[in-house]
Amino acid sequence: MYRENEIMDGIADEKARREADETGDLIINMGPQHPATHGVLHLVVTLNGETIKKVEPHLGYIHRSIEKMCESLTYRQFIYVTSRMDYLSAHINNHACALCVEKGLQLEIPERAQVIRVLMDELTRIASHELWWGAMAMDLGAFTPFFHAFRERETINDIMEETCGARLTMNYMVPGGVMADIHPNFQKRVKDFLILYKRKIKEYDELVTGNIIFQNRMKGVGYLSAEDAISYGCTGPTARGSGVSCDIRKLYPYEVYNKLSFDEILETEGDSFARYMVRLREMNESIKIIEQLIDNIPEGDFQAKTKAVLKLPKGEFYTRVETARGELGVYIVSEGGMTPYRIKFRSPGFSNLSALDHMARGSKLGDLVAMMGTLDLVIPDIDR
Amino acid sequence: MFIINYLKEVFGAVKSLATGLRRTMYYFTHHKEIITQQYPDNRETLNFPERFKGEVVMPHDENNEHRCTGCTACELACPNGSLKVITQFNVTAEGKKKKAIDKLVYHLELCTMCNLCIVACPSDAIKMAQTFEHSVYDRSELTKILNKPGSKIMEGVE
Amino acid sequence: MWSFHNIANFVNDWLSQTFNPTLVTIIEMVIVGVCVIGLFAVLGLVLVIMERKVSAWIQIRLGPNRVGPKGMFQSLADTLKLLVKEGMTPSGADKFLFNLAPYIAMMVAMLLMAPLAFAKNFQMWDMNIGVLYITAISSVSVISVLIAGWSSNNKYSLMGAMRAGAQIVSYELSAGLSILSVIVLTGSLNINKIVLSQADGWWIFKGHIPVIIAFVIFIIAVTAETNRAPFDLAEAESELTAGFHTEYSGMKFALFFLAEYVNVFIVCAIGATLFLGGWMPFHIGNWQGFNHVMDFIPSSIWFFGKTFFLIFLIMWFRWTFPRLRIDQLLNLEWKYLLPISMFNILLITAMAIGGWYF
Repeated sequence: MYRENEIMDGIADEKARREADETGDLIINMGPQHPATHGVLHLVVTLNGETIKKVEPHLGYIHRSIEKMCESLTYRQFIYVTSRMDYLSAHINNHACALCVEKGLQLEIPERAQVIRVLMDELTRIASHELWWGAMAMDLGAFTPFFHAFRERETINDIMEETCGARLTMNYMVPGGVMADIHPNFQKRVKDFLILYKRKIKEYDELVTGNIIFQNRMKGVGYLSAEDAISYGCTGPTARGSGVSCDIRKLYPYEVYNKLSFDEILETEGDSFARYMVRLREMNESIKIIEQLIDNIPEGDFQAKTKAVLKLPKGEFYTRVETARGELGVYIVSEGGMTPYRIKFRSPGFSNLSALDHMARGSKLGDLVAMMGTLDLVIPDIDR
Repeated sequence: MFIINYLKEVFGAVKSLATGLRRTMYYFTHHKEIITQQYPDNRETLNFPERFKGEVVMPHDENNEHRCTGCTACELACPNGSLKVITQFNVTAEGKKKKAIDKLVYHLELCTMCNLCIVACPSDAIKMAQTFEHSVYDRSELTKILNKPGSKIMEGVE
Repeated sequence: MWSFHNIANFVNDWLSQTFNPTLVTIIEMVIVGVCVIGLFAVLGLVLVIMERKVSAWIQIRLGPNRVGPKGMFQSLADTLKLLVKEGMTPSGADKFLFNLAPYIAMMVAMLLMAPLAFAKNFQMWDMNIGVLYITAISSVSVISVLIAGWSSNNKYSLMGAMRAGAQIVSYELSAGLSILSVIVLTGSLNINKIVLSQADGWWIFKGHIPVIIAFVIFIIAVTAETNRAPFDLAEAESELTAGFHTEYSGMKFALFFLAEYVNVFIVCAIGATLFLGGWMPFHIGNWQGFNHVMDFIPSSIWFFGKTFFLIFLIMWFRWTFPRLRIDQLLNLEWKYLLPISMFNILLITAMAIGGWYF
């Protein structure tokens, strides 16, 4: 709505202030340091009393130019950087990059590596959704769920630590498979986790889902129709809450997803509660996938034989995967050298955030926080 | 009919609140569920999995010998330039010049523990240590030299 | 036997023998003032550590456990920290009002202590309109919040203050109506008489369902009035960072913090006095033996026990429920609680006239 040079010169701020003075609106800056923005998101919110008239997200506070950094790193090296984009599903980011490089090299991945990758992806998805659940309840003013969610997440982190060597930024994927074989304890600990999870997931419903205050805060709030979800480019649970079928694992299966039986969760209401339920039910689907795979990890190599120096042929390669937040696309342009010529990440958070203004208009300030919670924004993923 | 529905609604609402209260009361009274780890106190009992990536180290045996040939594979594999191999030429007894490392400089402050150098090393000269308390008062203390002074390459490692 | 009543009388007797009456009055006033400030500080410390421990156990944590035995001196250490912290005043703030607001909040909390009966025959000011005095003074507290929010020159503070204004003014209605229900039954505004009227059973038992409804409404309303979760919209951390006290720091913030906790204590004390019999031991009708055994427990323990039970209830709510939205909050008051309590007070009036209570 403002021209670029106006924003640069600070004229836009002045203009907005003058407009607000005329209409009596209140402009508040939520962020970059604010308890509810989970990082450094900056929202310029125009308020009429408590009612939201406009939400303008300002980005760039955590831009680390990851895409540009990747251009100077080799195909083995650049994968670790992508852990720092969507740090909650770091594993799935790495997976997407590894898949893209493999597509360029036309590598055949051993079945064992594929199964390990999928197992790790789903564990990451559960961990991510658990953190989201806790953080979202905290946005709504309930602090206790946060700690309860972290208890289960901690178990997953321990499993990750044992096999991958790190808790958050694992860097376990390499082009051609995974970096190391699974730890001997892996299967046992995952099974223990499944038992724990099934016992504790009921508490989530008791504490938050069934709560009447919570339901009233979520139902009918932040409505996003299926058409709008598509036009804003929303993916993942955000779009599936509006009834848009967009699960990459189902539509464009990668690895062993086409051999697994799991459902794509769809809710049609399109409100905050629908998005909440999609994520909660998705965790159960991930559990289903893990149960199918955990006893059937095939024998074989965990990594395909690759050359010491990877060189992608000249051309353009694009892969996409389903992260915990939606569709992550990796686009590599290769000139045939050791490093990519250009890398572009299509991050789910950016598109999901763009729908926030549309959703928030006309609702109350408290709802904005709830909506941001259900969008599951990870700011480094938006800015990269 | 309206009254019955209304009362049902109110009753359901109160019940939903009560289930939440029961859950928190359970945790309030059951202290064995507490998961807090009192970190600096439990330092002795902390054990990390052997794959935990804490810091790159170079193992030396009792004769102060390491396995590094100075091939710079780790330096090439490192995405951040955390490792720097400085080589020198030793003159052996037969009068031949032999390449060996003078120093393997490791910048812990740049390292992201991505494990790529360990994977790249052909002679298993470096590995990840399970240390994690890396805080120091001066940044220069984080620049480490991995080979011990006076160490030399193990027999038979090429 | 040691009791607060005996100690007070002993001090009074000794002073009367030693000094002339005017001096005695002055000295006693000073003693009472010091005691109130002391109680204020002790309550703040105890309630803060209680809140932190309750929240920690509910959240499967250990809570503070470093300072003192089991972390019991943690809040003392926090107070020390707040005392030595710089009290900043924002440049655009109205300096006089900004500095005045925390003192108003604290003064209101202190004034509210006057008519409370802490133990048998132990009261600072046994006035005939005790309950009316409490409802009148407690409504002043909203002014401190409004002043704090407005004078901070911060939009978050302003919004928090506006929310607090709407919220406290609305919820005072149903809190007042549920207090009224007990007054209707007792026929007195005097706190001491209200307590004495419960000698054969507390009102929550004697008045059966209507009084229980009034009690529930009272607890909901005072939770909202003291700005505690799930009604903490004035502070609403995730929405308004810290609401009306966003700009406060150091001791000025500590006064708000202290006033909040003391207010919680006071409303719970009022609840305990009106519905749970104050310092009156648990008596059942005319079971003489049982009543006699109960009388052996000192009255102050009864009073503080009941009050802290109610405080725990409010803390338990806080750490379980998510926050309401502002329109839902006002809907709850104006569409549900107020009509219900109005109907309830009619019921109780009928009950009082007909004598349909135990």
